[in-house]
Amino acid sequence: MTAIQKKSDNPIAHLTAEDIELLGKQLDAIRQSVLDERGESDARYIRTVIDVHRKVELGSRAVLLASGFPPAWILGTIGLSVAKILENMEIGHNILHGQWDWMRDPKIHSTTWEWDMASPAVQWKHSHNQLHHTYTNVIGKDNDLGYGIMRVDEDQKWAPGHLLQPVWSFLNACFFEYGIAAYDLELGAVIAKGQTKDPEFRRRGKEVLRKIGRQVRKDYVVHPLLSGPNFVPTLAANFVANVVRNLWSNSVILCGHFPEGVETFEKRSIEGETKGEWYVRQMLGSANISGGKLMHLMTGNLSRQIEHHLFPDLPSNRYAEISPQVKALFEEYGLNYHEAPLPQQVYSAWHKIFRLSLPNGWLDNTTPANLPKQLVKLWKMSTGSRTVRRRLTLAEMAG
Amino acid sequence: MTVMQPSPSPTRPRLTALRDRLLRIAELATTPLLPQDYLDMVDPLRSGAALRGRVEAVHRETRDAATLVIRPGRDWLPHVPGQYVRIGVDVDGVRQWRAYSITSVLGRADGCFTITVKAIPDGTVSNHLVHRTQPGTLLHLDQATGEFVLPRPCPGKTLFVTAGSGITPVMGILRNLADEDAADVVLVHSAPTADDVIFANELRGMAATGRIRLVEQHTDTAGMLGAADIAALVPDLAERSTWACGPVGMLEALEAHWAGAGLADRLYTERFRPTVIAADGEGGTVTFTADGTTVDADGATPILDAAEAAGVLMPSGCRMGICFGCVLPLREGAVRDLRTGEVTTAAPGDGVVVQTCISAAAGACQLDH
Repeated sequence: MTAIQKKSDNPIAHLTAEDIELLGKQLDAIRQSVLDERGESDARYIRTVIDVHRKVELGSRAVLLASGFPPAWILGTIGLSVAKILENMEIGHNILHGQWDWMRDPKIHSTTWEWDMASPAVQWKHSHNQLHHTYTNVIGKDNDLGYGIMRVDEDQKWAPGHLLQPVWSFLNACFFEYGIAAYDLELGAVIAKGQTKDPEFRRRGKEVLRKIGRQVRKDYVVHPLLSGPNFVPTLAANFVANVVRNLWSNSVILCGHFPEGVETFEKRSIEGETKGEWYVRQMLGSANISGGKLMHLMTGNLSRQIEHHLFPDLPSNRYAEISPQVKALFEEYGLNYHEAPLPQQVYSAWHKIFRLSLPNGWLDNTTPANLPKQLVKLWKMSTGSRTVRRRLTLAEMAG
Repeated sequence: MTVMQPSPSPTRPRLTALRDRLLRIAELATTPLLPQDYLDMVDPLRSGAALRGRVEAVHRETRDAATLVIRPGRDWLPHVPGQYVRIGVDVDGVRQWRAYSITSVLGRADGCFTITVKAIPDGTVSNHLVHRTQPGTLLHLDQATGEFVLPRPCPGKTLFVTAGSGITPVMGILRNLADEDAADVVLVHSAPTADDVIFANELRGMAATGRIRLVEQHTDTAGMLGAADIAALVPDLAERSTWACGPVGMLEALEAHWAGAGLADRLYTERFRPTVIAADGEGGTVTFTADGTTVDADGATPILDAAEAAGVLMPSGCRMGICFGCVLPLREGAVRDLRTGEVTTAAPGDGVVVQTCISAAAGACQLDH
């Protein structure tokens, strides 16, 4: 894949400025229809989800007091994993988006909510709501594209270090919450630029460490201690629940923007972007996960990533109901509504991670027959000078 | 003779301190939630919780008024008759705060208090409370407050002038009036018809036993009472301390008349919403409460842009209404959503926050920043 503007078959070439303008108005109308209806049943929905989460978490933690007994360990770990997933996805992510601010309930509000996650809510809101949702899939602007540590687009230059990308990606998935915390801190960029002494960075760094401290103390000290003789099994259960939650949320997030066929955009292309053009970028820069109600709930309705990116401030329980209308607009304007089941989207995203860990075109050009030759070429590209790499890359892309 | 003041029990603050310490320890296990979040699931009215109340019963008073019996949380402090309580209730999913006078007698055996609400046309909250509130509903409360109370000692001769739901704080006072304070009480009350008089039976009962002198004015047939009419009805007006509660127009007329008669200091009035919010959509003066900066903003410019142009350091984000990075509390005033045209108004304490990047001033407004 490559930025949409460089493609020979640009999927929006057939749209005129008037089309895009009209499309924007139609999407505005869908948004307005939800705002007009939003009310008591929505409020009841989020309060119910919060109530269920708290009961499941409390129940699981209680069961884990007896975690030395294997069935209790299994039940408690599953329950805690489910609770943590609900808390992060349908509750935390969406409340921090301001989806429920309209209720004016100070306890369920983007400005007061804190979540069960290494990254402090205030820092995540900045990097996610402001940067990622505004500059979705714009290369060089949207850090969610590979989180600054991965190569997820052909237009990002390949370097030998990218060969380790699948390993990094897997580790990042297991400890995703810490990855997000580092990412929200822009840790990589700060270290690269030698700005670690910047007082603002230090302040935010301390804030993250305090948050991590509280989280770690809870899951790995307080609850294990409460379990008395079952200290170790409870600690293990909490660790597993955190990893399960991390792997799950990482998978869901990979599915949102990384599957093959999701478009990226050039930095130049968003200068003077209209609301309609912004909508089109969201439509083509996101991908949905198909599935039933449970799938939508457990993904925090990010299974409706396209609808979420079009209307990030609408209550998540409404995405499913507007999805047919949004889909109809895709058809009307001849655009590709990217939707597939979870395993397919996860495979597609990981396939891309593998493919792009290699130089452009390398994987496509490799067959069992030419494998030895290709490996030699890869070796030369990995160890050779920049000039060698550039020459071989061009040759590879020429096929 | 010295009067023994009952001193507060010394164990109570100690218990509170102990409870707070235990909660802080429990927070180690519940973070990022608070132990209180879990306790609220079990007992939302417990001591130490945010102040709430549960509706125990709803009694109809007239076709458009009802009395709500509310069991307050255990931290509720006794009110002074005549005071009001701010009540937060979720209407169509949105928390709305309004002030209502407390109408019950002090020290009810069941520990509850009552408010009496009249549904006003198009009133979001009043209609919800009168017509659609079921026993069991949880409300959010502030402690009772208000200056519309009788002084101690009570003046010998009193006059109450009320109209419509303006009777409610006065009823709160009359029901709690000690016999020695009720020596000479006149109540002039206006309502559209005899059936619209809230507490009609009780008031007429008080009049029948001679506890008060009641003048009822049914305005649909007899017309409105002017300040001069009241003076004619109550010839010894100048000897009385007067408490008035009703529509703003009535209160202003009374204030003018009493001031003209040199009695301004003997008139006490009650307004629930002291300022009428003018939402004309034509922009207005935006005041930032932290440093008092004011910015003149027109009705088409986002408050964020207008404030930044005037040099105010504002929180901001996407500048298109999606990221909620720019939200600020709207303490008072009206703003218009530039995307939908919808107007949001707020009074102090309503807890309204607005996105400044897509909101324009729709009248004067104050933002906490």
